[in-house]
Amino acid sequence: MAKEKEEKQPMPAVGSWAPAVALGWLIPGGGHFLLKRTGRGALLMVSVTTMFFCGLMMRGAMFQPQTGDLLTTLINTGGFIGDVCSGILYLVAVWMGYNQPDLAGHVHDYGTKFLVTAGLLNVLAMVDAFEIAAGRKD
Amino acid sequence: MPKMNLSHFEASFLFSLCTSIVLGVVTKRTDRERLQYGVYTFACFLLALFGIGWIMYFGHG
Repeated sequence: MAKEKEEKQPMPAVGSWAPAVALGWLIPGGGHFLLKRTGRGALLMVSVTTMFFCGLMMRGAMFQPQTGDLLTTLINTGGFIGDVCSGILYLVAVWMGYNQPDLAGHVHDYGTKFLVTAGLLNVLAMVDAFEIAAGRKD
Repeated sequence: MPKMNLSHFEASFLFSLCTSIVLGVVTKRTDRERLQYGVYTFACFLLALFGIGWIMYFGHG
């Protein structure tokens, strides 16, 4: 049993999973819709989108990649990647001029975390879409 | 865009709910297992929320 788990599964062809993963990044839950998992896709879409919009309404700050000491680089670059992973939600927000400065206060702090977490949850959705498209999961 | 003012509890509750739904959807293999895992994760979030809340309350004296 343990030996079976240790065995490496072959990487499936890029063409079989890339469209689902790319659509999953652009539209949260989109990869699942493409793979005909509409119920799960809808749940993912609603959850990620709700979280992102709540973050915007709480006036959370978007991270910008910065370099400096290790912690600054890690937090800002990691936060930026998390924000970008929300796909079209992030792109539209930035395109429409959303540029909230980082303010003190618990509501703004929660908003910033909501924005990043929405992107990170979308990464989980993309991984799930990959596993379904690659035939590793039902 | 309207502004949203939530308390710590409301924001944490909303965070827990959305995160639990996604974790439940992506983690398990059957719908029943997904539902159970989502509810379990949500319960864990709430337990941690109240537990850490009380610890901070007593920590402040």
